[in-house]
Amino acid sequence: MSEITKQSLTELVESIKNKKLSSSEVTNAFIERSEKSKVLNAFITEDFTSALDKAKKFDQKPNLDLKLPGIPMAVKDLFCTKNVKTTAGSKILNNFVPTYESTVTENIWSEGAILLGKLNCDEFAMGSSNETSFFGNVQNPIDKNLVPGGSSGGSASAVAGQLTPITIGTDTGGSIRQPASFTGTVGLKPTYGSCSRYGIVAFASSLDQAGPMAQNVKDCALLQEVISSFDAKDSTSIDFKRSHYSKDLTNNIKGKKIGIPKEYRVDGMPKEIEDLWQKGIEYVRDCGAEIINISLPHTSYALPTYYIVAPAEASSNLARYDGVKYGYRANGENLIDMYEKTRSEGFGAEVQRRIMIGTYVLSSGYYDAYYLKAQKVRRLIKNDFDEAYKKVDAILTPSTPSSAFKIGEKTNDPVSMYLNDIFTVPVNLAGLPGISIPAGHDAKGYPLGLQIIGKAFDEQNILNIAFAMEEKINFKNKITDWWIK
Amino acid sequence: MSINLKTIKHISKLSRISVDEQRAKKLVGDLNSIFDFIEKLNELKIENVKPLTSIAETTLKLRSDEVQSKNIREQIIKNSPQDNEDYFVVPKVIE
Repeated sequence: MSEITKQSLTELVESIKNKKLSSSEVTNAFIERSEKSKVLNAFITEDFTSALDKAKKFDQKPNLDLKLPGIPMAVKDLFCTKNVKTTAGSKILNNFVPTYESTVTENIWSEGAILLGKLNCDEFAMGSSNETSFFGNVQNPIDKNLVPGGSSGGSASAVAGQLTPITIGTDTGGSIRQPASFTGTVGLKPTYGSCSRYGIVAFASSLDQAGPMAQNVKDCALLQEVISSFDAKDSTSIDFKRSHYSKDLTNNIKGKKIGIPKEYRVDGMPKEIEDLWQKGIEYVRDCGAEIINISLPHTSYALPTYYIVAPAEASSNLARYDGVKYGYRANGENLIDMYEKTRSEGFGAEVQRRIMIGTYVLSSGYYDAYYLKAQKVRRLIKNDFDEAYKKVDAILTPSTPSSAFKIGEKTNDPVSMYLNDIFTVPVNLAGLPGISIPAGHDAKGYPLGLQIIGKAFDEQNILNIAFAMEEKINFKNKITDWWIK
Repeated sequence: MSINLKTIKHISKLSRISVDEQRAKKLVGDLNSIFDFIEKLNELKIENVKPLTSIAETTLKLRSDEVQSKNIREQIIKNSPQDNEDYFVVPKVIE
């Protein structure tokens, strides 16, 4: 049975289409492995019984023309799933059972996939290590007591640990790409407006995007093809011509111009990251691409900008949790007291901290000094990319400034935790697509990722570059199953 | 600039999150270190830059004014902590 969970999505789809495997066999294999993998704490909610029923039903009348025929998959617990509890990793939503489905998950089920369960994440996707989840830490399958990254930490852990063949996460400042990098998996953050935000628990609405996470680039392309769609229910969804990302995938990137931004060579960057980046440059050159040095002068202002824009939007979005309409309610002496106690008891420390930063930067007398200023700098950051894309087709950078760190290592210093997202945040601010692919290991044997950033709506191009690089890199994830007794 | 205990209490009131003294003190430290980090933006001259409010610079699409969700009162009320079938119930607000 274990062989099944080792297969990629593409292989599983083939096996089901060729009737070598049934959906029930595949679903059962992933459930069995998940049952043995509780130590990872990847799941918040398991939906195994229902998954097996759905698989059985699929097998009775299989529609093999679908893109994900009978494929079981777990999703980040930030996507609303009808009649299945959706918590966003928070106590305040601990009892929330949506009466509707997010567009992205709806797209997935209509292509034949089957929900396995909901995956752990940082509370309201605020975190880079999955340590802010109300439901506890997630273990990285790479090594014991290592964070899987965040906020899509449960998603990354579940893909790397083979508890699900693929998954979806969300990325506001790096929440797909950083955990992908920490777990030796592939994660794509699409262009803002590519995937509908309808039914995704909101964090920072001008930055949030859903995206695929997988074991390889081809699987990632296939899932992106399924989840990306124009949706009238999301006013920022964009109606553009979407490629057949998996069908059009090619490793021919001859003549592509790849930019190397000098500002990403940050102070104190470990030599192994520097070396990895250099290796990446050689790989793309070997593929026939041309390397061009570029400058993104406002890079160092991206994180400070992000830590104004994201908390500001979060404080506004999270105002809805008032203990009245849904979610946790604390008892209070009067209405105001009830609000204040509900939010104090229902939100964890990091979420409260960000709501307070956001409230402050939006408060009377400070709006111009912070929020307006951040929006102006955001324009400069976007302009940097616009300038660069006059000369290059894509940009290559490291995904993170380090490999995965130990649980508890950075929890006492919020700023050091925020620095994790130094290479990923500018991409969200500019609304661009970015993909992280595993590209090597550090001295400890932990995976390291490289990021390819594309022009808006040019997912196909960065998938192609990632695909070509993947072939050259020939990365093997070192999963020892240490958590299985 | 620096954030003191009084500011934390003011923000806590605006955010409708009650914080006790111990937590408020911790927040003073946390927020000051975050704002020190944010102050970096003051290095830039940006008077003439147009703020970027939305990354997708498209105009909102109009849709026809038709009811799409009907009779969903039950669904809306389903997750409420307290209701009387027709309404959300909250602590008394008038004497």
